[in-house]
Amino acid sequence: MTDGTTESVESFRLRARAWLAANMPRAEESAPAPGDELEAWHRARELQRKLYEGGFAGICYPAEYGGLGLTPAHQRAFTEEADGYEMPLLLNIPTLSICLPTILDMGSEEHKREHIGAVLRGEEVLVQFLSEPSGGSDLAGLLTRAELDGDTWILNGAKTWSSSAYAGDYALCLARTDPTVPKHHGLTMFLMPTKGEGITMNRVAMVDGTAEFCEEFFDNVRLPASAVVGEVNGGWAVATRQLYHERTAMGGGSPYVSGRGFAPSRKLPTPIDVARAAGRAGDPEVRELIGEWLATSTVSGQTAARVTRAIAGGHLPPAAASLMRLMGAEAMRLERDVAMRVAGACAAVAAGDEPGVLGEAGIGYLMRQGSSLGGGSVEMSRNIVSERLLGMPREYAADRGVPFNQVRRGRA
Amino acid sequence: MDPELSPDQKLFEAAAKDFLDKEYPLDRIRRMDAGAGFDRDWWRRGAELGWTAMLVPEELGGGSVSGEGVRDLALLAEVLGAGVAPGPLLATNTVLAGLVAAHGTGPDHSAAIESLVSGEAVATWAVYEPGRQWAPLEPGLTARPAEGGFRLDGVKDRVEAAGDADLFLVTAATPQGTAQFLVPAATPGVTVERQWSLDLARHHGAVRFDGVRVDEAAMVGRPGAGEVVERQTQVALVIQCAEVCGGLDRVFEMTTQWARDRYTFGRPIASYQALKHRFADMRTWLEACHATTAAAASAVQEGSAGAAEPVSTAKSYVGDRSLAILQDCVQIHGGIGLTWEHDLHLYLRRATSNRSLYGTPQDHRRRLADLASL
Repeated sequence: MTDGTTESVESFRLRARAWLAANMPRAEESAPAPGDELEAWHRARELQRKLYEGGFAGICYPAEYGGLGLTPAHQRAFTEEADGYEMPLLLNIPTLSICLPTILDMGSEEHKREHIGAVLRGEEVLVQFLSEPSGGSDLAGLLTRAELDGDTWILNGAKTWSSSAYAGDYALCLARTDPTVPKHHGLTMFLMPTKGEGITMNRVAMVDGTAEFCEEFFDNVRLPASAVVGEVNGGWAVATRQLYHERTAMGGGSPYVSGRGFAPSRKLPTPIDVARAAGRAGDPEVRELIGEWLATSTVSGQTAARVTRAIAGGHLPPAAASLMRLMGAEAMRLERDVAMRVAGACAAVAAGDEPGVLGEAGIGYLMRQGSSLGGGSVEMSRNIVSERLLGMPREYAADRGVPFNQVRRGRA
Repeated sequence: MDPELSPDQKLFEAAAKDFLDKEYPLDRIRRMDAGAGFDRDWWRRGAELGWTAMLVPEELGGGSVSGEGVRDLALLAEVLGAGVAPGPLLATNTVLAGLVAAHGTGPDHSAAIESLVSGEAVATWAVYEPGRQWAPLEPGLTARPAEGGFRLDGVKDRVEAAGDADLFLVTAATPQGTAQFLVPAATPGVTVERQWSLDLARHHGAVRFDGVRVDEAAMVGRPGAGEVVERQTQVALVIQCAEVCGGLDRVFEMTTQWARDRYTFGRPIASYQALKHRFADMRTWLEACHATTAAAASAVQEGSAGAAEPVSTAKSYVGDRSLAILQDCVQIHGGIGLTWEHDLHLYLRRATSNRSLYGTPQDHRRRLADLASL
């Protein structure tokens, strides 16, 4: 990065290798105890700060906002070198790969100056306030209102499925600012503090015992005009960009991450762990199942890489990100199926009063559909692929072109 | 359908496609006489277009468009797969992969390589044996040392293009381990019997070796050199998967067009969500098939020691997923998709045939478990 020329990927890789070895802890030595989640978040911020100080944070973020301004190839090289090191994976989704890219694409100069550097230094965590209790797939039909009182926006409503919002500092929040126009035209995106006055936050308990998701209630939450991201009533364009980044990230194709993958809310045994624990590694049928899972997860990664390249090169439209989302969900469903089937007779009742590796396969199976729902259901992705990639006719929608305040709503 | 092809690769691709469309349109393949092989002159002209030169280094008379022969071969296999082409593309190139990999480690076969590259001769790999699954390193056919050479006894079957081949590359058990021999079809004691094949354009035969005498110069490489057999397997699998990808592209395009043109209850069937979602899944799997095949081709191109893993991944995935796509395309076509006159069965035959040979997806899944040190 001297005298205005870009460092070669190879030179960057070698520098990263040396720096990682000298500065970052190995993954296996320092994994935080499960369940100790606030400590894990503190740890992630600390690791991110280390990356920043070492000059390896925000590889693909522009240098003027605190990143390195390098290419996805540099990012991939770093990610490969970072395998085996403890990385701040908790920050990857949604902070680094969804919220911050959206701010970079659509935010004001002030947003970028204030938040990109802060995130890259490990000082800020960003989350999303999108889904609402009234509906998941029909995001643009949301009910949370934002009304102007002089120069101040007043928010009222409720949000849910906000991943790790309890650990967040700021949230991208989509709200209705004009109910008299069709649904997509009356939305505005806000960048708001998560712990301001009027916000009540609860955690949602899931079937596997985790509580990563939160729900929020807004009671006259006040935001300044500068909190608007993009245009007033132009929130759908921002949300579309955000959802694109989300699909890319979920499919493993984001160039904005620190380290490979993201932190699972619960560490599950792989089918290989399960086969060993069940003493079934020698069973040809089990080996076949495991081979099928290995192949499918490899193919999922290969598909993400191919689609990401094709979108970047203009060979596929951005809607193609749904292909990696669908493939990723399929691989994840298979992983849970294979783990449960390999656990066989021991998936449902443990040897003692703890679930153990085999019981974890059973618990993981309960959350099988999680990856097919999170980040937009696979049904929505299938609509996107068939309509935008294959050009098939769009689904009938009773609310198309209808002012939002005249659209019929259900009771649930 | 790789969007990142060089101009030279695009020309090469277009030339192959034109040549195939002109000489072997699908209608000719549908009507191929059950007894006939492929047109030898057609194959020679294919060889002139470079179809047999890609895995062969320039000093042995070969060369490829991009300098990356395996990738170019995969590209060609896609084009030929899209037309369910006849001809020994897989058979001859698999043998060439072995001869080239063994070159310099045993007897010299550069004359055979030259005749295969020119298209004058056709070779095939005799590796399966009657009643046996995929086990290339465990041949039952024996090669016993006998006065300055070997005596081969045993039977191979499912030998592609057996009736047209001039040379068989035969896996055999020797006292020093598994070895391969290049045996001319005209050698006394070699007899070929035709076998029924599902693929209309690709025929197989059983080859019997009754006291066949070959001299030491017939050996390819050295006994116990499993890496040559591995290389042949990898090349065969890359060609198979690429052929199937080419066929899937064509069938998927044909079926989406059908869904737009076909109306029921006053609307195109492409407007029904029940079908749109299936098309979305098929489109995803199609992308995945291309992604894993390209990754396998790259790994084999680099000749990396770890190539077995991506190759088995591709066969495991493409082998089964291609059939799921094709059968769903048959279903979406309705009864017409089950008729002889429709093109669908030509693709289904090729994909089913490719699924079953050179290791089934199940075989390759067990191999992936082995490679993962489970």
